[in-house]
Amino acid sequence: MASNEIIKLKNISISFDDEQIINNMNLYIRDKEFITFLGPSGCGKTTTLRIIAGFLQPDSGEVIFDGKVINDLPPHKRQLNTIFQRYALFPHLNVYENIAFGLRLRKISEKEIKETVTEMLSLVNLKGFERRNISSLSGGQQQRVAIARALAVKPKILLLDEPLGALDLKLRKDMQVELKNIQKRLGITFIYVTHDQEEALSMSDTIVVMNGGKIQQIGTPLDIYNEPKNAFVADFIGESNIIEGVMRADFWVEMAGNKFKCLDKGFGVDEDVDVVVRPEDVDIVPVEDAMISGKVTSITFKGVHYEIIVEIKGFKWMIQSTDYQEVGSTIGLVIEPDAIHIMKKSEYSGLYGDYSSFSEEFDELSDATIDEEE
Amino acid sequence: MKKKSLFSKIYPILVFGFLYAPIAVLILFSFNAGKSTAIFEGFSLRWYEEVFRDTATLEAFKNTVIVAVVSAIISTVMGTAAAIAINNYKLKWFKQATLTTTNIPMMNPDIVTGISMMLLFVFISALFGKTGTLGFTTLTIAHVTFELPYVILNVLPKLRQTDIHLSEAAQDLGCTPIQSFFKVVLPQIMPGILSGLMMAFTLSVDDFIISYFVSGTTSQTLPIRIFSMTKKRVTPDMYALSTLIFLAILVLLVISNIITAKSENKKHKQGSKKGGA
Amino acid sequence: MGKKSTLLSRLIGAPYIVWAVIFILVPIGMVAYYAFTDVTGAFTFSNMSEIAKYTDTFLLSIWLGLLATVISLIIAYPLAYIIANSGENRQKIMMMLIMLPMWMNFLLRTYSWMTILEDNGFLTTTLNSVSEEIWGILNEALHSFGKELKPFEPIHLINTRGAVVLGMVYNFLPYMILPIYTVILKMDRSLIEAAQDLGCNKFQVFKNITVPLSLPGVVSGFTMVFVPSVSTFYISQKLGGTGTTLIGDIIETQFQTANNFHLGASLSFVLMILIFICLAVMNKFSDEDGEVII
Repeated sequence: MASNEIIKLKNISISFDDEQIINNMNLYIRDKEFITFLGPSGCGKTTTLRIIAGFLQPDSGEVIFDGKVINDLPPHKRQLNTIFQRYALFPHLNVYENIAFGLRLRKISEKEIKETVTEMLSLVNLKGFERRNISSLSGGQQQRVAIARALAVKPKILLLDEPLGALDLKLRKDMQVELKNIQKRLGITFIYVTHDQEEALSMSDTIVVMNGGKIQQIGTPLDIYNEPKNAFVADFIGESNIIEGVMRADFWVEMAGNKFKCLDKGFGVDEDVDVVVRPEDVDIVPVEDAMISGKVTSITFKGVHYEIIVEIKGFKWMIQSTDYQEVGSTIGLVIEPDAIHIMKKSEYSGLYGDYSSFSEEFDELSDATIDEEE
Repeated sequence: MKKKSLFSKIYPILVFGFLYAPIAVLILFSFNAGKSTAIFEGFSLRWYEEVFRDTATLEAFKNTVIVAVVSAIISTVMGTAAAIAINNYKLKWFKQATLTTTNIPMMNPDIVTGISMMLLFVFISALFGKTGTLGFTTLTIAHVTFELPYVILNVLPKLRQTDIHLSEAAQDLGCTPIQSFFKVVLPQIMPGILSGLMMAFTLSVDDFIISYFVSGTTSQTLPIRIFSMTKKRVTPDMYALSTLIFLAILVLLVISNIITAKSENKKHKQGSKKGGA
Repeated sequence: MGKKSTLLSRLIGAPYIVWAVIFILVPIGMVAYYAFTDVTGAFTFSNMSEIAKYTDTFLLSIWLGLLATVISLIIAYPLAYIIANSGENRQKIMMMLIMLPMWMNFLLRTYSWMTILEDNGFLTTTLNSVSEEIWGILNEALHSFGKELKPFEPIHLINTRGAVVLGMVYNFLPYMILPIYTVILKMDRSLIEAAQDLGCNKFQVFKNITVPLSLPGVVSGFTMVFVPSVSTFYISQKLGGTGTTLIGDIIETQFQTANNFHLGASLSFVLMILIFICLAVMNKFSDEDGEVII
């Protein structure tokens, strides 16, 4: 157990209207780290955040802050602040008064308030916006005011609930960098909630992948990407081909009618497993040099590379390559041992990682839905 | 298209002509030199002088204002509190029952509301063996009762529109729940409360039917006074009084419209200043 | 949210709940109580059976009320449509002009109509001289065919049922305009564009989109005009003369002059039931969207 843990969730469960939202969750969060709850809508990530903030009481379990149980502590007494999905700026107050709001409650002198507000405004690059109306600000500017308002009261932890969800792509990328910089500069803990895997990978020190009210995997972005624990994680983070395989021996897996060398061991002999192969890790070679071969069923230009769907023994693989391939042609593939990742069978086996029903539109639609889990 | 726009120009003029014809007649005859409200005998201001000499009318005017102010304040405070509570009720049937009850005075014909309250007051006073209970108190109670639904229905939508996260954000920043209500929620629902208050006041000033049944003889309001006068032949002094009230309202409305137009203009200008995304 | 503050926010509704029970629900109970008892307080059906005498009055009230409501709708709909489709400033001014007459005392506005409609008033005399002229011309023309009209009879405006309906329309027209205007204004403009895009002409857009979508406003306006029209007593007294006695007049008489509270209560009770039935039927027409539009 880490000595510098600041938040600990112990056996947390909560349900609304008989629907279990969080199921016996255990988690600790270290001081000064950037931790992200990542998962699809309805996975319980926002609920977890609201439990930490104090807006929800868990049905059972303990929320521990700095070694003390804070279950019964109301939100206004907790030393942590939240950035809300839609910012929740006070429309009847201007930018200055919004940022000063929390400070005024703490009976701080007007001079100090002014100093802090000025400092916060410069931190979020909004110098000179003091007297502006909230309604006259753009989404990105409102976002910055929300951050300044929360940071002005010097919280130990900042909770961010899909803060960039309402911004357009370009602005979102800029804000990702800026948020990460602010977190490093202030050295406080950020607990971040998102359904955007790319956002999670690029910003976090630690990612908590959630689904169905349960933690699926905790790890660094690299761990999560390279060593997904189950088919859900593998599919949710990045693109994956997930193939059913059998572990014939340590370092040997059989899939798609062929035996492959891999780096995984410790499985039972002839144990059924899920095999993850990332699309960018597959090399296209002439058929005669190939380990396996298949027919190209579609090809899409993606800018950096082509996305090629190849049918191999009835299973559709996605492969990313910079070379164009003719639809209908047969191509050969090579998969290096370090490109293969073996996972134990789980409840998610067989649900993900097949591109036979793959459609660009579906993917984007599900990305665009903003999650409102409550 | 051309033809239609001609219709859309003329039609409103016709309807407004219809709406304002009796008012024009009323204002015209308030300046009548004669006593008639039908034959104009020349211009005079005598009826305006008459208004200020008629103590019964002035008394009725005073009563109207007092009842309107008192009942509007009571109904606004109680109604706002009720709206907040209703908004927080979790029991579906209880919430629905409360809302349905609230709708009754709006749906019921005024005459039924009036006599039902009259019967209650008469019944209660009979229980205590008293007579002549109808008066200022019963009048105020009745006014509060029929104003309440309008206050509630003005405040409730504002509460629903208010982002629940605003109150959470305030608590997040250190407000107690009560502080967060006064600092954040109240300013958001203020427009609803004010329009509820205005509506309550207007309804109270305007009400005749309900007041007619619950006011008794001691506390006449202006509409009741007018009613008793229209039983006989009306003299133009009533017209003069209405004209004065009408003009006062007109001026108030124009001023408030100018003020809101100005503040909106200001907002608009600020709004257009905002940069790209 | 904290449990204590949630509890508090529900408790502050208590004064209203108590008030509503005492001054809304109990009085309705009182109406029912008086309707089914006699002077001694004993239970009786005699008040109810006496109502049968007033069947014609009920029917006349409902008929005139309906007439006034339908005429209001016919006048209000085009106006509401025109206002909702004009520029923002024009909209504001016109809505103010519609609300403004309501600030003039309703009794005096009605009384003013008496002046206008009077037999020796300007409107009636002009109408009569014009129509007498036309009558004469017609008569002369017919004369050449060897026929003749009945002698001219002057038109009466005041103290007719028509005058009562006019009074109702005049007084309650704003209640019809307001909800229809609100609904049309809130209507999603892109729906109209979508309909045009799919090939509707202006009339078809109006018929297929605007009218069905504005139905909730129409229903709301309908009840807001019908209820006060059916139950009025002042308008019928002033503009209808002795010939047009409505149910409101009879109830008023029972309470203010005849002092027969029990009969008055039973009449009110029946009126209330009738109106609630009407409202329930009307609500069937509007969709789930049960929000009252004021």
